[in-house]
Amino acid sequence: MADAAIAAPRPAPDTSWLWVVPPLSVIGLLFFYPLFLIARQGLTDGKDVITFEHFATVLHTRQFHSAMWNTIEIALMSSAGCVALGFVVALILSFVPFPGSREIARFIDTFIALPTFLMALAFTFIYGSAGVLNGMLMDLFGNTAPPVDFVYSTWGVVLAEVTVFTPFVLRPLLAAFSLIDTAQIEVASSLGAGPWRIIRQIIFPAALPALLAGGSLCLLLTVNEFGIILFIGAKGVITLPLLVYDKAIQEGDYTPACVIAVINVVLSLSLYSLYRVVIARFGGRNAGVV
Amino acid sequence: MLVWSRSGRSLILAFLAVLVGVVYVAPLAIILMASFSGEWNGVLPSKPTLEHFFSALTGDSGAQLRASIITGMVASSFALVVGTWSALALRSLPRVPRRILDLAFFIPSAVPSVSVGLGLLVAFSRPPILLNGTVTIVFIAHFILISAFTYGNVSAGLARLSPDFEQVAESLGARPFYRLCHVTLPMILPYLIAAFSLSFALSMGELGATVMVYPPGWATIPVGIFTLTDRGEVFEGAAMSMLLIISTLVILLLLSRIPTKVASR
Repeated sequence: MADAAIAAPRPAPDTSWLWVVPPLSVIGLLFFYPLFLIARQGLTDGKDVITFEHFATVLHTRQFHSAMWNTIEIALMSSAGCVALGFVVALILSFVPFPGSREIARFIDTFIALPTFLMALAFTFIYGSAGVLNGMLMDLFGNTAPPVDFVYSTWGVVLAEVTVFTPFVLRPLLAAFSLIDTAQIEVASSLGAGPWRIIRQIIFPAALPALLAGGSLCLLLTVNEFGIILFIGAKGVITLPLLVYDKAIQEGDYTPACVIAVINVVLSLSLYSLYRVVIARFGGRNAGVV
Repeated sequence: MLVWSRSGRSLILAFLAVLVGVVYVAPLAIILMASFSGEWNGVLPSKPTLEHFFSALTGDSGAQLRASIITGMVASSFALVVGTWSALALRSLPRVPRRILDLAFFIPSAVPSVSVGLGLLVAFSRPPILLNGTVTIVFIAHFILISAFTYGNVSAGLARLSPDFEQVAESLGARPFYRLCHVTLPMILPYLIAAFSLSFALSMGELGATVMVYPPGWATIPVGIFTLTDRGEVFEGAAMSMLLIISTLVILLLLSRIPTKVASR
């Protein structure tokens, strides 16, 4: 609307679209061109003839299979965890209000700006084999081996990712909840509806767009996550981004790295399309940053 | 108000306190404690010391702090210029090309950072543009990863800007450049600062693309923390992490104090 109003009185030959050329060339040269070269290196032989040879080689390795499976498993479990934790926390913050609930929401929100690997580092201090929790349990029960042992496994990665990505669900949920008319809940409650019924019939339907938007954003972020997995550094938990890093930097072999990167980028872009479709369809744009 | 009974409310609030305490407060507290710990044999660390912070501020780690801040500033400034420019330029386009280009400016945020780094290595390790092994390639990697966030923030600000002000300025004879500098940009200044702050914070914590492209001598703090903890020097790693958190928060605080003439409406 606004744009139509501004654009209307302009004289006929409109060249203002030319202004978009400089930033587009910057992004094109620094982002799309390198991305194209990754695809070219992964999909052609040395002489620009398209071949699936590199693809076939990579696709047949066990390493790739387990990385692919780990990536999907971790992303699905973490996103489900984020949606569940975000829903519970948002529910309490919005509908069982208490002094300081705003500050708690803001505190959790600052985790969006902090690097994700901090959580992996903290996890090793708290739950690691020489960590606080195991120290306490060994003191209490006199075990000789550390009883809690999940950090260096898929579970450690999933729990760390749930912690760092829940704010991305919490933010749109709190926005959605603030739009619910509290009178509606009070009327339902005075008519005899219990809290579970109110959650099921009033709050959940109102939260659904935000849950879908936040959940699909979490899927994208968890598929792309690198820091947490690098820091936890478990042998058995290698995902696609980590495999790209291993191949390119540790082994210095760019071609398989490019093949895996192509697959990873295609997966990420499909999830990003899903996120954009969800937002376009159901709203909930204030999932925030992306 | 979902729960009316006093006991029910206290029970739920206690549950929330434990949840937030275990999930969000404990990790930060433990990193803080570890950064001061001289020895950690029992359940909690003992012999508090400032040694780790001293070693974090000197030598290699001091250089890493400097590299991180310079990288963050350069990449965020460039991203702010490019992001604002593209958001402004897209406004005058018809609907369909605008949506396509909007997507193009957002896509970098959806691609895994490691792949962005790999792309830069593949593209700029050979002539005509040879950047592998330079500091510039780190700046570029950070710029690419934060550009979408800057663009998104600025275009959100522009979308909320009422067209009246610009139209009035135009009808009073203000030329486009004058209008841009004296009307449009001042009015979206809060969004520009928010965009810069967010991208600076993201750049300070960036790891995936940096480990792919950083040249010797330009390791950033996250790379330094990884190297330290990988060697088993976890307390130094914790001190560096605190330094990272504190320097990020201080710079964000300073940015939030820039006076904005037009208060957010």
